[in-house]
Amino acid sequence: MSVLLYLIPVALFLGGLGLAAFIWSLRSGQYDDLEGASWRILQDDDTPKP
Amino acid sequence: MTLACCTIDGEIFQPYKLEGEDAERWTSTAGPGLKRIEFLCPQASQPQAMARIESQLPKLDGVKSARVNLTGRRVVVVYALAEIEPQALIDRLGELGYMARPFDPRETGLVKDDREGAKLLKALAVAGFAAGNVMLLSVSVWSGAEDATRDFFHWLSAMIALPAVAYAGRPFFYSAVNALRLGRVNMDVPISLGVLLASLMSLFETINGAEHAYFDASVTLLFFLLAGRYLDHLMRARARSAISQLVSLSADGAIVIANDGCRSYLAARDLKPGMLIAIAAGDRLPADGRIIEGASDMDRSLLTGESSPESIEPGSLVHAGEINLTGPVTVEITAAGNDTFLSELVRLMAAAEQGQSRYIRIADRLARFYSPAVHTLAATTLVSWLVLGHGWHDALMAAVAVLIITCPCALGLAVPAVQVVASGRLFRSGVMIKDGAALEKLGNVDTVIFDKTGTLTRGEPALVSQSLASTETLALAAGLAQASKHPLSRALLREVARRGLTPIEVQDVTEHPGQGLAGVYSGEQLRLGNRAWCGADEAGEDVGLLEFAFRRGAKPPVLFQFEDQIRSDAATTIAGLKQMGLAVHLLSGDREAAVNRVAGLVGIDNPVSRASPQAKLGFVDALSRAGKKVLMVGDGINDAPALAAGYTSMAPSSASDIGRTAAQTVFMGESISAVAEAVAVSRRTQAIATQNFVLAVGYNVLAVPLAMAGLVSPLVAAVAMSTSSIIVIANALRVGLGKTGGNRNTRRSTNTDAAADEIRRAA
Repeated sequence: MSVLLYLIPVALFLGGLGLAAFIWSLRSGQYDDLEGASWRILQDDDTPKP
Repeated sequence: MTLACCTIDGEIFQPYKLEGEDAERWTSTAGPGLKRIEFLCPQASQPQAMARIESQLPKLDGVKSARVNLTGRRVVVVYALAEIEPQALIDRLGELGYMARPFDPRETGLVKDDREGAKLLKALAVAGFAAGNVMLLSVSVWSGAEDATRDFFHWLSAMIALPAVAYAGRPFFYSAVNALRLGRVNMDVPISLGVLLASLMSLFETINGAEHAYFDASVTLLFFLLAGRYLDHLMRARARSAISQLVSLSADGAIVIANDGCRSYLAARDLKPGMLIAIAAGDRLPADGRIIEGASDMDRSLLTGESSPESIEPGSLVHAGEINLTGPVTVEITAAGNDTFLSELVRLMAAAEQGQSRYIRIADRLARFYSPAVHTLAATTLVSWLVLGHGWHDALMAAVAVLIITCPCALGLAVPAVQVVASGRLFRSGVMIKDGAALEKLGNVDTVIFDKTGTLTRGEPALVSQSLASTETLALAAGLAQASKHPLSRALLREVARRGLTPIEVQDVTEHPGQGLAGVYSGEQLRLGNRAWCGADEAGEDVGLLEFAFRRGAKPPVLFQFEDQIRSDAATTIAGLKQMGLAVHLLSGDREAAVNRVAGLVGIDNPVSRASPQAKLGFVDALSRAGKKVLMVGDGINDAPALAAGYTSMAPSSASDIGRTAAQTVFMGESISAVAEAVAVSRRTQAIATQNFVLAVGYNVLAVPLAMAGLVSPLVAAVAMSTSSIIVIANALRVGLGKTGGNRNTRRSTNTDAAADEIRRAA
């Protein structure tokens, strides 16, 4: 059962990482324009920003 | 040519002017020397718009970045304060073909909506995280973890679940406390009670090292319920942000002329009786008043429903909301702010709204029976277990199991899931529903009342008589009409453009308000206007058509006849509504001849004409008192009280601001079939929501006896809850199936594409 001692923290850490990533994406406004985002990927504007 | 105005979908519009307004109030600081401003662009709905605006706008000096939000049809621009003015941005957007209006998200309540949505989403994420992890631990317990391992897993579950419940359960706890404080019961009361008791009981069990803990049940419950809550929020927010984009693009205010002749801009709310204001042709009146100087024609259609403009001269009385068409006038304000005719209507509307009995949503109606029933069952379980001689502990566990199993998880999803699917489907075909209650009500209506001008008709005249008029005559008349904002002139121009003709340039064009236009073409006098102006025969019966006469030199005058065109699918829509068993009425403020003609064409019996706003309100009230559930469809300011009084209401997106605010549903585009489609989809929604209730309640009927008998282990609870929720969601998705309004959609987008092409050619 000693395997639990590190498997459970690993599971919780990975889950927490997902949660943190989701909250970060929410905060940075990635859900503000779902319709636009689906079109943006098709745009040919790959020129590097100055 | 400098683009003083542009054409979009055949409409002429003036770019929004910031003049006299404080541009500062729309901007916020985005860095040293940088300002951020947000615009609403109703036309920026296509992906091409995004590419165009984002590539073209930054080419202006001083623009640092431009970003389009396609969902909200907004543009955020960051610019250098010293290098460019916001007005230049608006003008450039206008040249690209997008009407833009500065916009402050703080004003519309959108920010509050967004924040609420983000809060729910965060709670949903936390509940999801907790549910996943606790379920993992619970599965281990169910598959045979024992003794110390089981206790360890329970403790771990408690450490994850308790903070998650405290955080993610807040929306339900607050709502339940609020309801109880008001002496009412809503669905959130059994939810909160179930979740809290399950968590606390499980904690107690964990401390005592017992076998069963319900942590997984409490967090998965919250997860499902939050999903339902978020769906409900999404539906309201989507419609609200779409409707807030429809705010009038014209400035709300006027140029005031002081005693010393100085002119300054004042917002409508600062206008006072006695002030002199200058109204240019094309502007909307901000207050009631009397004409002091100048003559013109007034478009009163939004106020009275009358389709033909009225001539005015010094001494005439004019009202807020009318549009000045042909000549600049000076108006002395007689009433402003709360004393205008318009405000009178607003008061009428508020009174009508209050008079309406408060609608109680299906879920809340059910909660009135559900909560007491559930709590009685739990109490009965507790008492019977005690009476049968089991200890406090077992009795309490059984009672809590009843509360968990009856926690309205599927019930909480049953209605929001169906409604969000239905409103999403309607939204795609251009119908925006303000909230779930409106959708429920729409499914119940049995009577539909239509307004005429702007609702059954397009609200803009189109040329109908094509006899006599040669191509040259039309092109010459259009040359004159170019100088005017009269609706008939614009109709003539649209017709000429439709036929692919170019207006012939005419010299010395002058506009004579109330009469017509005059000009010279290769030595010949040209006149366009009413019959007297062109020397035509004045006699002629009123067939409900509008007309312009055109005279070239000494030749006999030619008559152009116009009609306010009926929306192409009005007749089929009304036939469809009748087929659904709805009674259909027509209620208009226009002249009898015009109203009867339209009623005959679309197939409505007994139309009512010349109805004042009060009469319309009375008509709706009388039907409501007779027990009818009235859907009022109207667009004008004069319809607003009736819209508010109806059981529910719809307005086209071209409606007056006040009409759109009063209506509970707004539909976009040319087609009025949206009305029939909305009713049909709402009825289907209602049917599926009812099925969902039956499913959810049926599940309870099966599960509650088991819980009362103490047979529900955490495993059974988890399986039962998830399956019932999944069944309800799967059933909800059926609303989205079947025939959709897809053809409406394509038609609208081709229109926009054509307009975009036209703009590209012009640019």
